[in-house]
Amino acid sequence: MNTFTVAWKEIKGYFSTPAAYIVGAMFLSLTGIFFVFDVTSPFAEASVRGIVNWASFFIVFLAPLLTMRLLAEEQKLGTLELLMTAPVRDWEVVLGKYIASLIMFSATIILTLYYVLLLYVFGQPDTGPVLSSYLGLMLHGAAALAVGLLGSSLSANQIVAAVVGIAVLLMLSFVDRVGSLVSGVAADVLNGLSLNAHVTDFTRGVIDTANVVYFLSITAVFLFLTIRSMETRRWR
Amino acid sequence: MIEVNGVSKMFGAFPAISDISFRVEPGEILGFLGPNGAGKSTTMKIITGFMPPTDGNVTIAGYDIVTDSLEARKHIGYLPETVPLYTDMTIKDYLEYMGRLRGMSRDYINQRISEVIDICNLGDYYSTIISKLSKGFRQRVGIAQAILHEPDVLVLDEPTIGIDPIQVVETRQLIKNLGGEHTVIVSTHILPEVSQICERVIIIHEGQIIAEDTPENLAQRLVGSERVDLDVKGPQQDVLVALGQVEGVREAVRLEGQPGSVPRYRVQSELGIEIRAELASTVINSGWGLLRLDGVIMSLEEIFLRLTTEDELIQQVDPTQEDASAE
Repeated sequence: MNTFTVAWKEIKGYFSTPAAYIVGAMFLSLTGIFFVFDVTSPFAEASVRGIVNWASFFIVFLAPLLTMRLLAEEQKLGTLELLMTAPVRDWEVVLGKYIASLIMFSATIILTLYYVLLLYVFGQPDTGPVLSSYLGLMLHGAAALAVGLLGSSLSANQIVAAVVGIAVLLMLSFVDRVGSLVSGVAADVLNGLSLNAHVTDFTRGVIDTANVVYFLSITAVFLFLTIRSMETRRWR
Repeated sequence: MIEVNGVSKMFGAFPAISDISFRVEPGEILGFLGPNGAGKSTTMKIITGFMPPTDGNVTIAGYDIVTDSLEARKHIGYLPETVPLYTDMTIKDYLEYMGRLRGMSRDYINQRISEVIDICNLGDYYSTIISKLSKGFRQRVGIAQAILHEPDVLVLDEPTIGIDPIQVVETRQLIKNLGGEHTVIVSTHILPEVSQICERVIIIHEGQIIAEDTPENLAQRLVGSERVDLDVKGPQQDVLVALGQVEGVREAVRLEGQPGSVPRYRVQSELGIEIRAELASTVINSGWGLLRLDGVIMSLEEIFLRLTTEDELIQQVDPTQEDASAE
């Protein structure tokens, strides 16, 4: 109940302030530009693979920019003290904020369906990979938002919160590049951790349980860390 | 209604408050007075459950603030030192949100919002965005938020800081009116404020309670006295009598200490008389062991002085007070 009270307040916040619109517009224009490059290239194929790959990359920036305000601002305004002395559990606050960011993120992603619509109008894309790609995109986004929320819990400064989130996401995205330089167990671990390595299958139309579990685990772990981070705020 | 038992809080190795105990009865207004940095806000944060104490416990309406936190928090209305407001919301939206977080029903929220808007004189600004309000109005929104759910316990941390003198007077009156229905703790570093609104005062300095009384008694007790603490090994009754007979001593009492430890005595003397040498020689000449002797770091007067001088600034610019004195 409290979770939804918090979520509803944050959703209203997203839609009544310009920041989220600007971030969403940036995301859409960037993905739009790359969509145009994609479909106008020689031998272009009627698939969403290109656009989803780019969207996946821009999620690294989109997610922390959407979540940066959520907990940092509470700390800056001092309202965190209010929230934490109200009869509300820490996890209810964190989960409520997370749900709000997930809804805002989904709203942004839904607008990219416009590109897919164009593909269907001008070509015959394979529907299976389209669906699996969007599933992957949502899972990837869900994980990235959890990482961003952790960043927001760590600082009262929104810029710091966003930078921390982006940095962690960049590292998580590209550890497989490091993985390719080493061998054996180390390589397996690094590849296993990489966000990018787990996105690829979805764009090929493969829904592998391991990948789904991976994204859900990342989400759960970072939400858990965020709740813990909020709890330790009480000691500082 | 509020019970604080032996609460201490360490920040690293620094003790912000140490071994604070007091009770507040239902309907009482307690003033929590101390200079800046005395540990007032820390105590408020512990009472409201924002911070756990390092040691000791706090119960609110019978619920422990750490182990039964959610239940205890339901009984508390809290105005922190920095008024916590979502500046991009209207007063109405803000109060609605706070009501919902406290589990109030929609009807109850609407009824209470119109009541607190009345109590806090916010009628004209009902749908104004909070960032556009002046400091004084924000303070009132903060109070409105704290009393919205009709809490048994109201904790107000420096409620009159940073607002203009007329609003200070209004806010004090508002708080005074809240007593009776609510149990109120007001922290402040302004002495006349407590004598205006509180029935009982606790003075805190460097994290310790140094006095607790009604404002009137306190003012009387404060007139000219200085304190010395001694640890003396010897027969307690004899020590007390001997210390009491030293010239300039007004009162000697034995302080409650740890069982088994060396008894500690506190000697109150008249102001400006150096009695420490005399006390020491009295103890030693009687053949007892003097294990410790120190003048209390800061006498009540000095604190009192600090508190009063800080308010003089406000008194000087307070037009209502000026009017009163002009007549």
